[in-house]
Parts: sequence; structure tokens; C-alpha cells
Amino acid sequence: MSSTVPVVERVLSANDAVAAEVRARLDAHGIFCANLMASPGAGKTSLIERTVEALKDGAAIGMINGDTSAAAFDAERSQRAGAAAVHINTGGKCHLEAAMVRDALALLPLERLRLLLIENVGNLVCPMSWKLGAHANVLIGSTPEGDDKPYKYPRMYAGVDVVVLNKIDLLPYVEFDCDRFLRGVEALNPGLRHFRVSCRTGEGLEEWTAWLKEQIRARR
Amino acid sequence: MHELGITEAILDIVLRHSGGARVRKVQVTVGEWTGYVGDSIELFWQELSRGTVAEAAKLEFRFEPATLRCRACGTVFGANGSGLECPQCGALGGEPAGGQECTVDLIEVEGGDST
Repeated sequence: MSSTVPVVERVLSANDAVAAEVRARLDAHGIFCANLMASPGAGKTSLIERTVEALKDGAAIGMINGDTSAAAFDAERSQRAGAAAVHINTGGKCHLEAAMVRDALALLPLERLRLLLIENVGNLVCPMSWKLGAHANVLIGSTPEGDDKPYKYPRMYAGVDVVVLNKIDLLPYVEFDCDRFLRGVEALNPGLRHFRVSCRTGEGLEEWTAWLKEQIRARR
Repeated sequence: MHELGITEAILDIVLRHSGGARVRKVQVTVGEWTGYVGDSIELFWQELSRGTVAEAAKLEFRFEPATLRCRACGTVFGANGSGLECPQCGALGGEPAGGQECTVDLIEVEGGDST
């Protein structure tokens, strides 16, 4: 004999609940948190370094970095730039989960922080499914990856709150049609805020950091 | 190890709903946009469920294609990465309409009245 138990439960509902806990903790401390997602090599760590350098005098910044290995290079780079950084070894998982962020919060000086930047694992597929409790999900694209990314990873582009297009200094050297890229973004996520930057030359970074400052101010 | 986290989450849900009874079957819906693959979930399942009441459970997957709803004409069409144009009116893109989620739909456990 057997019986059927109806379940109908979203597999990630438990993760969502932990993400809500993380969000409540961040809000209690007045911290603005951005979850930075991108493919490997798009410039997540570079953008964090430039951001920390630009904002650290006005606001204490925390950084959580997820990697599939124990190599903590990225957290070290952020630390050198002036952030309080925590490295998470995901043990092979190709995304961060809310519980990992919750545990990492315990290692950060939350009372001091105004901004928390989470560097997700480089991947354009599953990080979008796993909410972390961040106030903004930010996708970093880069010109050498090609202008077809919104068309190939529609879910990522449909689900984020901000797109940062990095490496615009390489536009003369790579096949990248900005209009095609932005048409794809607009088709999936109308009115999505986007920034065009070069972490190498600094071009466009002021608009990005000005936006972050606004978000930080709004939470004081 | 794309499916490790999701398989852990599936097992948690199954064990919570099993009421301690041995689980025979688990039915899971996998949305295309999640990028999860049944065969890979199965591999992690064998490892993770060992020693639990769900270790002998058969996993059944229902695949749900990724779709967009055209903002211009309302047509729901497949969005599997080959293009974002509405086949009806040619408008680009749309609202995500289906295939975004992964859910545990039901489980079958030993004992009790068959329903």
C-alpha cells in the first residue's frame, strides 16, 4: 500500500526564506547590498575594486566573494582596495546560496558598514535562481563576451535590476554592437537601468558610483 | 556542480513531507530556464539520499519549456535561447511566462490509504 502526498512546493522556497532573513538584517543595520553576477572574466572584482576606491572615504564597505575553490584572490584584491572582505568557498557549487551569505554576515562588522557588495560565482545561469537578500541584483556584462548575451541568457537579463556593461574601452577592437545588446536588454527588461563603464580607464564609473551613493543615502 | 544545491533542496522538502514513511516516488517539475538537468539531479540524489527514507525513491521529472508572453500581442512563445522574436507579430522579447521554476509536485510514500 502506498499513498500520495501532494506537495507543490517551490524547491527554492527555503532559500527564499533565508534570503528574507538576510534582507531584514541588512535593513536593520541600514546597509545597501548589491549582488553582482557575471560570467567569469567580465570584471566583477575589478568593478568592486574601483567602486571601493571611489566610495571608501564616505562609507565603510563590506564584500563577500563566492568562488568554487579555496583561492581567495578576489577577496584579497577587495581587501587591498579597502573593503572588509569575506571569502566563501562554495565547495564546487556554481552559485552562492542565501545561507552562505547569512553565515558570512557574522564575519563582517555590520554596525560600521553602509554598503555590502556580493561577488557571486562567475556564471550566467543559476545565480539568478538563488536569491541572496540583496536590494539590487546587478549583472555585469563585458564587450568581449559579445552582444548576444541577452538573447542567450534571457532569464538572467529578465531578472536583474541593473546592468553594467564593462570594458567599453575595447569597443574599437571587438565585435560588439551596443544597439543590438541594448535592444535585447530592453526586450526582456523594459526601462532597465544600465551603465557603460571601463574599469581600466575609469570611463563611466562616476555614474555607477553616484547611483550607489544614492542607494546608500536612501537607507540612512 | 550545477545541480548539487537544488538536489539538497529537493531532498529537504521530500523528507519534510514524508512523515518518516519510506518514499517510493518523487515528482519534480523542472523549468527550462533553471538550466537543471534530471540526469544530474539523479546522480546527486543517489549520494545525498543514502541512509534516508527517500533512498529508494524513484525520481520523475516533468519538463516545462521556457516561454515569454509578447508585450505587443500577448502570444506565448518558446524562449530557449534561439531568438526572442514573437512568431506571431515579430515584436522582440516579452514577459517571462513559464519555465522559470523548479517545484516538488508530489511524493508517494509507503503505507496509508492510496489516493
